[in-house]
Amino acid sequence: MKIQILGPGCAKCTKLMDTAASAAKELGIACEFEKISDMNQIMAFGVMMTPALVVNGEVKSVGKVPSLEDMKKMLQ
Amino acid sequence: MSAMQSGCGCSCGGNAGPKIIFACSGCADVGELADQAARKLTRDGAGKMACLAGISGRISGIVKSSQAAQSILAIDGCPLDCTRKTLEIAGLAKVNHLRLSDLGFEKGKTEVSASSIASVISKAMIYL
Repeated sequence: MKIQILGPGCAKCTKLMDTAASAAKELGIACEFEKISDMNQIMAFGVMMTPALVVNGEVKSVGKVPSLEDMKKMLQ
Repeated sequence: MSAMQSGCGCSCGGNAGPKIIFACSGCADVGELADQAARKLTRDGAGKMACLAGISGRISGIVKSSQAAQSILAIDGCPLDCTRKTLEIAGLAKVNHLRLSDLGFEKGKTEVSASSIASVISKAMIYL
């Protein structure tokens, strides 16, 4: 599974990454993580607010950090 | 990259989601007027125009960004209300709606000018 974290790298981006990593670990899913901070690349996804979570090319959340439980649902 | 695509903000610091503007951008003069007004509102910083086609095509980034929006303004040129209905079908029902025919702009008889764009913008600002 490929997980991309879109954002400039501030606190919420870091928390989003940590939450995604925790959820993947609890689910036993092997993931490849990528941080994307380039604004042109971020906007190529159609995203208008960060942080954003992309799972296998699909934007799953925008502008927030989902709870661990919600994150697990997004990764399943 | 065009100015229309330059709007992406960070939610850190308690920033609310963007005020998103969709226009029908239809082929008639009133569609063009809706489109031009949405673009001018974006250039002026009143909101951020997004692609209605992205909603129709279920582009996940545009759909999710719209769900996270602080507010949504739909500008339709005529009573077919394509913008509002497209958003509604995508589950975006909480939308402020501006229909240009209600403002006296008649399909086939509307001039797209600085004056008509300004008139639409003055009404649109009420919803933004």
